[in-house]
Amino acid sequence: MSHNAPSPCKCVDLAKLEPVFQQYRKKTGALIPVLQAAQDIYGYLPIEVMESIAENLNVPVSQVYGVVTFYAQFHLEPRGKHIIRSCQGTACHVRGASRILGALKENLNVEPGHTTADLQFTLETVACIGCCSLAPVIMVGENAHARLKPSGIAKILDGYRD
Amino acid sequence: MSDNVTLTIDGQSVTVPAGVTIWGAARKLSINIPILCHHFDVKPYAGCRVCVVEVQGMRAMAAACACPVSEGMVVKTNTPKVREARRLVVELLLASHPQDCLTCDRSQNCELQALASDLGIKEVRFKNTKPQLPLDANNPSLVRDPNKCVLCGRCVRVCTEKQSASVYTFANRGYQSIVTPAFGRGLENAKCTFCGQCSVICPTGSIVVKDDTEKVMEAINDPDKVVVVQTAPAVRVALGELFGAQTGAIVTPKMVGALKLLGFDRVLDTNFTADLTIWEEATEFLERLTKNRDMPMITSCSPGWINFLEMYYPALVKHHSSCKSPQQMFGALAKTFYAQKEKLDPAKIVSVSIMPCTAKKFEAKRPEMRASGFQDVDYVLSTRELGKLIKSAGICLNDVQPQNYDPIMGIGSGAGTIFGNTGGVMEAALRFAYEAVTKETLSQLEFNAVRGLNGLKEAEVDLKGTKIKVAVAHGLANARKVMEAIKDGNPHKWNFIEVMACPGGCISGGGQPISHDMNYRTKRTEGLYADDRNLKYRKSQDNPEVKAIYAEFLGEPGGHKAHELLHSHSVHH
Repeated sequence: MSHNAPSPCKCVDLAKLEPVFQQYRKKTGALIPVLQAAQDIYGYLPIEVMESIAENLNVPVSQVYGVVTFYAQFHLEPRGKHIIRSCQGTACHVRGASRILGALKENLNVEPGHTTADLQFTLETVACIGCCSLAPVIMVGENAHARLKPSGIAKILDGYRD
Repeated sequence: MSDNVTLTIDGQSVTVPAGVTIWGAARKLSINIPILCHHFDVKPYAGCRVCVVEVQGMRAMAAACACPVSEGMVVKTNTPKVREARRLVVELLLASHPQDCLTCDRSQNCELQALASDLGIKEVRFKNTKPQLPLDANNPSLVRDPNKCVLCGRCVRVCTEKQSASVYTFANRGYQSIVTPAFGRGLENAKCTFCGQCSVICPTGSIVVKDDTEKVMEAINDPDKVVVVQTAPAVRVALGELFGAQTGAIVTPKMVGALKLLGFDRVLDTNFTADLTIWEEATEFLERLTKNRDMPMITSCSPGWINFLEMYYPALVKHHSSCKSPQQMFGALAKTFYAQKEKLDPAKIVSVSIMPCTAKKFEAKRPEMRASGFQDVDYVLSTRELGKLIKSAGICLNDVQPQNYDPIMGIGSGAGTIFGNTGGVMEAALRFAYEAVTKETLSQLEFNAVRGLNGLKEAEVDLKGTKIKVAVAHGLANARKVMEAIKDGNPHKWNFIEVMACPGGCISGGGQPISHDMNYRTKRTEGLYADDRNLKYRKSQDNPEVKAIYAEFLGEPGGHKAHELLHSHSVHH
C-alpha cells in the first residue's frame, strides 16, 4: 500500500545522532541542518533516523518526510560508494549522451536515481557538468570521464569496483 | 489608525475591519468568489488559485482567500481575465482527476464538481499523465483515494491546526506532489486517530468514510438475525440536513420512523447509555476525587480522543475514566441485558449503531469491546451513511410517519442528548454529581460556563462545600494543551476534564453531514440544547429505564456487574 517508501533497515545506530541533537535541540529552524548532519553520518536518511529526528526536535514526522522528499539533496535510500553523474546537457546530448546513459543502465542494471544492489554505484543524471568540450561526459565521484563511447563504459566502471 | 477599511469590489463600496481578506469582504456584498483550497475552518493557503481577482495597480491577479483588503483598493471579481484564469485552473485540475463522478461517494456534494459546473467548463483539453496511485483503505474508518486529491491541503491543515496530529503532509515537488502520511504509510500506521475531520473538510471524494451500509442491509435481510440499532445524540440534529432540513433541526421521530421502514427490528437510543455513562462516570469521579486517585479524571466517550491519548500521551492514559463510551455500553448491554429481557439469542443479535463519528468504527473493533462474549457492536454507520441508506431505499425523510423509540434502552434524558455538544458530558455529569453530593434538587440545570465554542472552557462548581474545578476541551489541538498542562503538574488544579476529539464535539464529528454554512456548529449546538429543554427528563438520574436496569440487572453504579460490562480495563493501566 505504501508508495515510494524506503525499505526499513534494522542496523541503524541512533546513538550517533546524539551529538547532533545536543547541538540543535530547542533551536528553531533546525530541521534542515539536522537532516544534513544525519545524512553525512548515515549516507542517507533511514526511516528510524527521520523518526528519531522528529521526536527529538518535536516536529511531526510527516513534516520531516515532507521536507526530505521536497529537497533533491536528501536521500531515502542508501547511496552507492560511487556516485555516477551522467551529463544530459545539450553538447553531451548531441554527442550521444543517451547511448552513454543506456550503457550505464545496462551495465549497472539500475534506473537513474537508484543504487545497485551491491551498494557500489548510484546512477544519476545531471543537466550539465560544465565541460562541454569534453562531451559526452560522466563523472564518477570527483573524476570526469570524457569523450565517451558506450563500448568504453564497462572498463571505466570495473576500475571502481572493489 | 482606523480599524476599518473601505474598498470597492465590482463597483460597490464596502467597509470591513482591517485584516479581512478580499474573499471575506466580497461575501459581505453577497459576491461569492469561488474557492477550492480555502475553507472557513482553517487558515488561508492560496494554493489552488481558483479565487483569483484583479486588483487595480497589482501586476498579477490576487488570491482573494488570502489577500487582505487595504484602504481604497479596487477589486474586480468577474473580468474576462479572471474568468479565463479560473477556468484554466479548474480545467487543469480536471485533467488529472478521475472522471468517475457518477459513482463517486461525493457525487452531487463535491466542490470540484460544483466548480466545474459553476464555471461552465465544457471540455478538458489536457491529457492525464499522472500515474495511478493505490487506495489507502486498511483501516476501519476512512478510505483515501490519492487519485482524487486536488492538493488543496485542507486535510493537512485541519489535521495540524485543529487536531495537532499532523498525520498528512505534502510530499515530493512539482508535478510529483502528493498529500500523504509520512513515508507513504497507510493511515493505520500513521498515528491517525480516525477522527475523520479530514473527510469532512476534503472538497472531493479523496477522503471518505468507509462504507458499511451493504453489510447492514445484509443483516437486515437475514431472517435469522435480529438487528438492533442505536442512534447517537448528535445524529438527530444533523441527519435532516441531508434531506433539506434547516441546519440544527431535530428530526428524532422521523429518523426513528425511517429506521423502522429500513427494516431494523428494534430502534433504540444511545441517549439511554449516555445517561448510564453519567451514572457510572460521575460515581467514578466522586470516588476518585475522594481517594485522590489518578486525578484529574478525563472523560472517555470520544474514541478519537482515546486514540490520541494512547498514541501521543501513553504515560497519562491512567487519567481517563474507565467508563466505556455510550456506544460500547449499549453494545455490551444489547447482547446481555436486552437479549435476556426480550428473550433473544445474543448470537442472533446484530448490533448496529448510527454515529456522527468515524473513530467509532475503529472503537467497535477493539479487542476489549467483547464484554458480551461477542463483538458488542457489529456495525457502525456514520450519519452520512445513514442518509445514503435512507435515500437508497426510496424513503423521503420529510414524509416519514414520526415514530418513538422502542422500549427498554429507548428512553434518554436531556442530559444524554447534550452529549453531542462540547461541554455536554460535563454538564450532564454536573447535573448528576450536584444532586448526588448535596442530596438536593438542582434548580438551575444549565451550566453556561461549559457551553459554547471556546476551545478550552473552565469553571469552578460548588457542590455545597465541595468545590471542583472542571475544564472542557474540544478539538485535539486543545486536548493537547490540556495534556501538556497535566504533564506540567496540573497548575490550574483541574479535577474533572471533558475532551472531545472533534471541534464543537460530536455535532461536527467526522461522520456528520458536510455543511457549507459557516455557523453550522452553533446551529447544531443550539438544536441539541433545544432538544434537551423539550425532553420529559433532563437529568440522567431521572431516567426511569436507567433506574430499572440498576434495580433489575446491574446492581450498584460502579459495582461488579457494571464493571464487567460497562468499564474497559485493558486500556486502563
